[in-house]
Amino acid sequence: MSERMFFIDHSRCIGCESCVQACAECDTHRGTSMIHLEVIQRSESVQTTPQVCMHCEDPICARVCPADAIKKTPDGVVQSSLKPRCIGCSNCVMSCPFGVPKYQAAIDQMMKCDMCYDRSSIGKKPMCATVCPSGALTFATMEEIQRTRRGIPINSWKFGGEEVRTKVYVMVPRTIERVDVELVQVTATPAPLPEDPYDVALMLEETI
Amino acid sequence: MAKLPTDIPTIVSQFGPSLHRVPPGGWEQTGEDEKQVKTHCCFCGQQCGIQLRVRNNKVVGFEPWEDFPFNKGKLCPKGVKRYMQDEHPDRLKTPLQRAEGKGYEPLSWDAAMTRVVSEIQRIQSTFGKDAFGILSGASLTNEKAYLMGKFARVAMQTANIDYNGRLCMVSAGAASKKVFGVDRSANPWSDIPKAKVILVAGANVAECAPITTDYLWQARENGAKLIVLDPRMTPIARNADLFIPVRPGGDIGVFHGMMRIMIQRGWIDRAYIDNYTSGFDEYARVVEKYTPEYAAKIAGVPFDLIARAAEMWGPAPSSFLLHARGIEHHSKGVENCIAAIQLVLATGRLGREGCGYAMITGQGNGQGAREQGQKCDQLPGNRDISDPAARKYIAGVWDVPEESIPGKGLSAVPLVEAIHEGKIKGLLSICFNPTVSLPDANYIRAALEELEFYVNIDFFLSETARYADIVLPGSLMEEDEGTTTSVEGRVIRHRKVVTPPGEAREDWKIICEIAARLGKGEKFNYASPRDMFEELRVASKGGVSDYYGMTWERIDAENGIFWPCPEPGHPGTPRLYENKKFNHPDGRAHFYPVDWRPSVEMPDDEYPIILTTGRVVSHFLSGTQTRRIGALLDQYPQPRCEMHPRLAEKLGISDGDFVKVESRRGSVVVRAMIVKTIRPDTVFVPYHWPLGRSANNMTIRAIDPVSNIPEYKICAVKVSKAEAPTDPISQLGVEAGGVR
Repeated sequence: MSERMFFIDHSRCIGCESCVQACAECDTHRGTSMIHLEVIQRSESVQTTPQVCMHCEDPICARVCPADAIKKTPDGVVQSSLKPRCIGCSNCVMSCPFGVPKYQAAIDQMMKCDMCYDRSSIGKKPMCATVCPSGALTFATMEEIQRTRRGIPINSWKFGGEEVRTKVYVMVPRTIERVDVELVQVTATPAPLPEDPYDVALMLEETI
Repeated sequence: MAKLPTDIPTIVSQFGPSLHRVPPGGWEQTGEDEKQVKTHCCFCGQQCGIQLRVRNNKVVGFEPWEDFPFNKGKLCPKGVKRYMQDEHPDRLKTPLQRAEGKGYEPLSWDAAMTRVVSEIQRIQSTFGKDAFGILSGASLTNEKAYLMGKFARVAMQTANIDYNGRLCMVSAGAASKKVFGVDRSANPWSDIPKAKVILVAGANVAECAPITTDYLWQARENGAKLIVLDPRMTPIARNADLFIPVRPGGDIGVFHGMMRIMIQRGWIDRAYIDNYTSGFDEYARVVEKYTPEYAAKIAGVPFDLIARAAEMWGPAPSSFLLHARGIEHHSKGVENCIAAIQLVLATGRLGREGCGYAMITGQGNGQGAREQGQKCDQLPGNRDISDPAARKYIAGVWDVPEESIPGKGLSAVPLVEAIHEGKIKGLLSICFNPTVSLPDANYIRAALEELEFYVNIDFFLSETARYADIVLPGSLMEEDEGTTTSVEGRVIRHRKVVTPPGEAREDWKIICEIAARLGKGEKFNYASPRDMFEELRVASKGGVSDYYGMTWERIDAENGIFWPCPEPGHPGTPRLYENKKFNHPDGRAHFYPVDWRPSVEMPDDEYPIILTTGRVVSHFLSGTQTRRIGALLDQYPQPRCEMHPRLAEKLGISDGDFVKVESRRGSVVVRAMIVKTIRPDTVFVPYHWPLGRSANNMTIRAIDPVSNIPEYKICAVKVSKAEAPTDPISQLGVEAGGVR
């Protein structure tokens, strides 16, 4: 078994969708991508993020599955739903804090990223992390990542009161130990925003 | 004749573009691959290594090639999906002839060849040899590029051959030749992560050369500062240390503004300048004019940004410049590149590890196809066609009298203008889609209608091929073998993966047969592309781009060889100028006192907005290939007009509205895309689409006086809210020029 692990560096992503296109080429789910690219808010920024399954240590998708259709391999990879068990209820789709599982109506079953288990289980890199031209998705050893990156990998998340640890790591600045995602009430009068770092017009207004 | 034989919707219904979405046999087809062939991507100049999976002489998919050193298995979406061109329903499989009122009908190769040759002979005997022109391409292999140049000069004896690299690399090439005497990136890409500051000038790396992204990010992990110049905040600009949203055409304001500070602060290498260069004092005198006020005015940005760029670049221990079409696609494209390169030369930071510069070649063989003699002013080996010694040497290689080799011909845009004016009556084109890719598209289409005879070689019926009298079905990259020279100057091998379908033929066989029928068969007696390479390498011997020491075996074994490789056993030359010797008679690099001048068309009261054009990540050039691949089209289905919310508000335009973008030459109606990531005085429309969606309807037919590159990056337009178009073209699929 490979010692290599999966790392996401959102700051590297260029939104090219090579990962999504290559995922759809996989021999086990041909023609359908199991991952997606989030365009955060194109009117404001070109920021995009690739979303693969984070492979939670205690996957909530599996916990909420009434049919016990979502299994984790001994090496920690959370699999797609098992065909004979899945009832297509989409509990997993609703519960995943990362928005990963997708209900496939054509086959009445939930399908999701399994870190290319057919490839990674025989020592190959997952397809998306092989083709990704920016290194936003990387499959490497912890030592390689620590040697070649400025940031640090973390796998600890907090969604409101819910703490989650994942098999997949994200790269963050060295000062951060956990990704805290605040749950906020959306109101009619949004809080004042900081000066927009991506507005080209504001850059042109800087004084000499 | 060269007029459309019937209406465009009828042609589209027969020949596409249509969308191909599944591999041969469908997605359900599984089984063992018969073979996986290591070759390279057919698209851009990065020339990524890729393995194509084959069953039953059909390409059924790809597998990353992780051992190829340049991209290590990485691919952009175009590379992932390129195999969908194989087995495409639009693929041309027989010769076609124009059928008035109907479209095109098949005919035999013999009948097609007979017609082509008789028309070449009729036109050349009636109007002169130069009345038949050739437009070739930079996505052809080195062997084919060499063949096209020789075919023009030996078989057709026309001076008028040029290629679509004229739209791409010529400003960069001319600038490097003027400064250093060599037209090639100075360093291998492995130098990029070793630099401590990187300046990316006019290069949308993330979308046009995606594989280079990782090299930039690696440099930053190593502590490098990244400076990006672009009117739009591109994906790499988002995370740059310094983003300078320069006004289109204002780049020299940044470069000279930086240099003036660097001279004042002593951030130049006086010893290097004195010992290895000439012309610095004249250059410095021009730079002196670029005071903070003047530089900021020309660049269209606060001077603070220019000063910070100088503070990053000036004192750095090592540095790397990358430039591309953003500074090159201008009527002053060569001067822009010279000004940028001089930031490198004045610091003496080149010719060593982590120090140098590169131009990001756009087309697949953008580097090699400009070296083998298919440019209007060149012979093989990057030789000048008006140089008597070069002519004598090549005449010897070709075994023809020197005086039989024509002189300098017309470059691409003047060549099409000569067609419009009736001076050139016949045209052969291959690997070129000028009705989409040349500026002022309405003029280009009108020009083609003036031709008496037009023969087009392609694998799909491109928008330009629709004007042809005869269309000859050629080959995809994976259906033939040969070499290309990548963005790094690395000569690599494309392997034959499958054979051409139906009656389609390898391009070189088509050209050689025309030559034979013109009575020059003994000069084109090649059994394979390898024979052409053997001749090419001799033809390049002693030239700047010297391939003489290369063999296909070595190219395979060494994952490519960098030119110059002047004799057998020579290791090749990944990094130029290590010995501080430059390819001018005085051995020095030359500074030039280039000065900013306005673009040919500046915004005014009537057309107050700047239009700039470029690419998106899922499409390639004129879209002939990528607009036929469903997954790539879905990613970016139709061109949109990017504009800043401040401009949109002034014009009363909301996101998603139809807008008319109009210049003095033409217009498009497309959807608006309102984003804060562009200058408020500029709009952007990508150029991969034809007809009513072609950004080149608006662009200006102005060219750089030295390189003859068109000014794609700036013209003046007005933008207004529009109704949904209802004309027949707008109702076509978006892949064919429709809009939704």
